[in-house]
Amino acid sequence: MRDPRVIELLKRSLPAASVITETRALGPFETDGLTAIRQKPWVVVLPETVEQVRAVLEICREHDTPVVTRGAGTGLSGGARPLADGVLLTLTKMNRVLEVDTDTCTARVEPGVTNLSITDSVAHHGLYYAPDPSSQLACSIGGNVAENSGGVHCLKYGLTVHNVLGITVQTIEGDQLVLGGKTLDAPGYDLLAAMIGSEGMLGVVTEVVVKLLPEPSVKRALLAAFDDIRQAGDAVAAIIRGGVIPAGLEMMDALAIKAAEDFAHAGYPRDAAAILLCELDGIEAEVEADIGRVRAILDDAGATETRLAATDAERETFWRGRKAAFPAAGRLAPDYYCMDGTIPRRELGAVLAEITALSERYGLSVANVFHAGDGNLHPLILYDSAQPGELEKAEALGGDILTLCVSVGGTVTGEHGVGVEKLDEMCVQFDSGELDQFHRLKAAFDPGGLMNPGKAIPTLARCSEIGGMHVHGGALPHPELERF
Amino acid sequence: MGAPRDAARATEETWPGRDDSDHLRAAVAAAGAHKTPVTIRGSGSKAFLTESAAHAGASLSTLRHTGIVAYRPDELVVTARAGTRLDELARALGAHGQALPFDPPRFGGAGTVGGAVAAGLSGPGRPWLGSVRDAVLGVRIVNGLGQSLAFGGQVLKNVAGYDVSRLMVGAFGTLGLLLEASMRVQPAPEAVAVLAKDCSAEEAATVARGILRAPLPVTGTCHVDGVLRIRLAGSADGVRHARDTLGIDLEAEDDAFFDTVRDHAHPFFFREREPDSAGTLWRLSLPRGAAFDQPDTLVEWAGARAWWRTDAGPDAVHAAARAHQGFATPFGSGTSRTPAAVGKYMRRVKTAFDPDGILNPGAMADAD
Ligand SMILES: Cc1cc2nc3c(=O)[nH]c(=O)nc-3n(C[C@H](O)[C@H](O)[C@H](O)COP(=O)(O)OP(=O)(O)OC[C@H]3O[C@@H](n4cnc5c(N)ncnc54)[C@H](O)[C@@H]3O)c2cc1C
Repeated sequence: MRDPRVIELLKRSLPAASVITETRALGPFETDGLTAIRQKPWVVVLPETVEQVRAVLEICREHDTPVVTRGAGTGLSGGARPLADGVLLTLTKMNRVLEVDTDTCTARVEPGVTNLSITDSVAHHGLYYAPDPSSQLACSIGGNVAENSGGVHCLKYGLTVHNVLGITVQTIEGDQLVLGGKTLDAPGYDLLAAMIGSEGMLGVVTEVVVKLLPEPSVKRALLAAFDDIRQAGDAVAAIIRGGVIPAGLEMMDALAIKAAEDFAHAGYPRDAAAILLCELDGIEAEVEADIGRVRAILDDAGATETRLAATDAERETFWRGRKAAFPAAGRLAPDYYCMDGTIPRRELGAVLAEITALSERYGLSVANVFHAGDGNLHPLILYDSAQPGELEKAEALGGDILTLCVSVGGTVTGEHGVGVEKLDEMCVQFDSGELDQFHRLKAAFDPGGLMNPGKAIPTLARCSEIGGMHVHGGALPHPELERF
Repeated sequence: MGAPRDAARATEETWPGRDDSDHLRAAVAAAGAHKTPVTIRGSGSKAFLTESAAHAGASLSTLRHTGIVAYRPDELVVTARAGTRLDELARALGAHGQALPFDPPRFGGAGTVGGAVAAGLSGPGRPWLGSVRDAVLGVRIVNGLGQSLAFGGQVLKNVAGYDVSRLMVGAFGTLGLLLEASMRVQPAPEAVAVLAKDCSAEEAATVARGILRAPLPVTGTCHVDGVLRIRLAGSADGVRHARDTLGIDLEAEDDAFFDTVRDHAHPFFFREREPDSAGTLWRLSLPRGAAFDQPDTLVEWAGARAWWRTDAGPDAVHAAARAHQGFATPFGSGTSRTPAAVGKYMRRVKTAFDPDGILNPGAMADAD
């Protein structure tokens, strides 16, 4: 239902350039990083202040209009996908670093600030913000909070939830919630934790206080090659078992290695079945000892070659290939579909083998480049959307991979969120009581269901409708619902 | 940096214990049906934290719901039932050179997994090793409707659904009875050292700020009675390097002192319990590096937590905390003055999990 008064009121509350309704200008907003799904919003607003955000929410509440919050639009699960009859609240103009406090090692920033610019603005103090998603040049801290984003360094330094101390949230009912602050803990329920990873379903984050860490004095990187991907997977578990917590531990398979090498010339062994990149950081003495330990483990695990970057420049070259893996994969096929399941590390070898089998069965190539240290897989399914049926095939293959992740004790999303993409897989992971509890928590913040409706948590009706239902111990997961 | 590294095997380790979940779920469901409250109890070691609560209704003990459900050292994750004793869990982890990262207090030597998660109290390493909430990866709970529900999981990264697991931490069982929790574990340090130096509160704050800016293996600070102590933990080489860098005298090469802070066995906390001792003990949550300078105070966490015993009234204490951009909570009973807007949503969250308000009424004053 489009209520024409909404546009009029928005134009009255925001600067003229901050309200976009012309079809052509809406184009850039019709998709986020999940480009297979497109939808133009009714109207885009680009507020510059908290007051303007509050005004937008008030207008939407009074006119029963749904609102989707958007940061930089790099999300990979369609979380910021607009609604045809909804307002798209885009926060990119609120992009200031408000305060850097070197006494408490915190920074207070607006939600539209990019992840990397936080570190850029504190680097001269020898400090940095730890979570570093590969999209850090573009993605916003508000989006990071909404997705609980991770990065290459989360095994040692944690996810967004471990590095954000406080947020300010505007609710659809017009309340401003200051949750946490510069302190490590706050009294009462941990609403901050509930808000992190809530995909814009509970409120709009308008300010973020992040924790800053001192830049480690030494960083070293090892590259190990394997001619069997299972051995590489087992080596990951062996490193952790050996008592070492690397700053980063990433894996790439043969297809990803070749693509990255063609694109970035990082000097990877082209004939390897898999490589591991292992970064160790800290103080000199500890890092040296860990390098020796990890090298021995890699050799034991059957590495055909291990290389230690001799200089910082060489270390950066090692990483250049990894960081270029996504654009590099983009050159292998017209389209790729990035999955995001997490599994227990000990299952890495077996699950990768099963993905290879699935890839052959579907006739679509899959490149694997991922956060092996946390068991977070990112299979890139290569397809061509111009070929009829290929997108559907890619989605079906992706669904099978996620079901596989759940079946070995993992989860359907490690860091990219559910959005619209993984709603069906949520039915596999949660039963109706759990989904119901999620809906009740959502209603505590947004009783009218106006914030990002239809995302993140599937309705029970949807779960009962989808095919291929997960059968748990012989019982259907939602026996109370009618089957269609 | 696990000490007995070779002991860490890849095998699944479980300690069967006893599964009492059917009984616990049924007891909550029955209470729900009659709309009568239940008071959930673990070992009772932290009961004094909710002493003022109106302990109405039946008492429900988790102590018969015990055991380690899953433990794989190479996954850095352990799943244990709520009634499992913390010391037993520590022994099982220690056999593989691992430990819980958050050193939960063991008041009187007791304490259970459920109590540690529900109370959410973290030990001296909190700014460096993380809190209880940071380590919790998944939970199974019984909500106020008597439903047994699982959230999160046993993997480090998981963003499927809202983070209900971490919402349970520090909720004192008012949102759900905890049946089991999956927690991250980490290698136990190879070496520990405690450095000590006589200094003023102001000087201690300056040292703490320096520590925050230096990449050193510090895992604790404590300033009390005019002495600043710094705990170092990590590899032997790393600890030696940090000692040289900080240039502060070595006092001990074990955890004994910081254990007294962790378990509130340090004399500072005892003064409180003497009948004629004056003042209320307050817990202040402050920014790291804060320079909180009051008599009768113990400051830990690089300034981020101050324990302050004072005769000052609540208004003055809250004002003092606010002046440092922090929060104050009386240790024991009483409210922490949550802002009205936040309180409104806390009550709604409570209703979302426990619509009839049967779980531990009064235990979370801010949500009542
Ligand atoms: C090439 C590439 C690499 C990537 N690598 C990683 C990676 O390594 N790790 C990782 O975790 N992710 C990665 N991502 C995913 C993505 O970058 C993250 O999810 C990021 O946090 C999204 O931020 P954004 O600002 O683009 O959010 P958007 O895409 O605009 O929005 C994402 C979600 O957050 C909500 N939202 C945004 N801002 C707010 C706010 N202020 N308040 C409330 N809700 C809000 C939206 O409603 C939506 O649900 C990658 C993406 C790409 C394209």
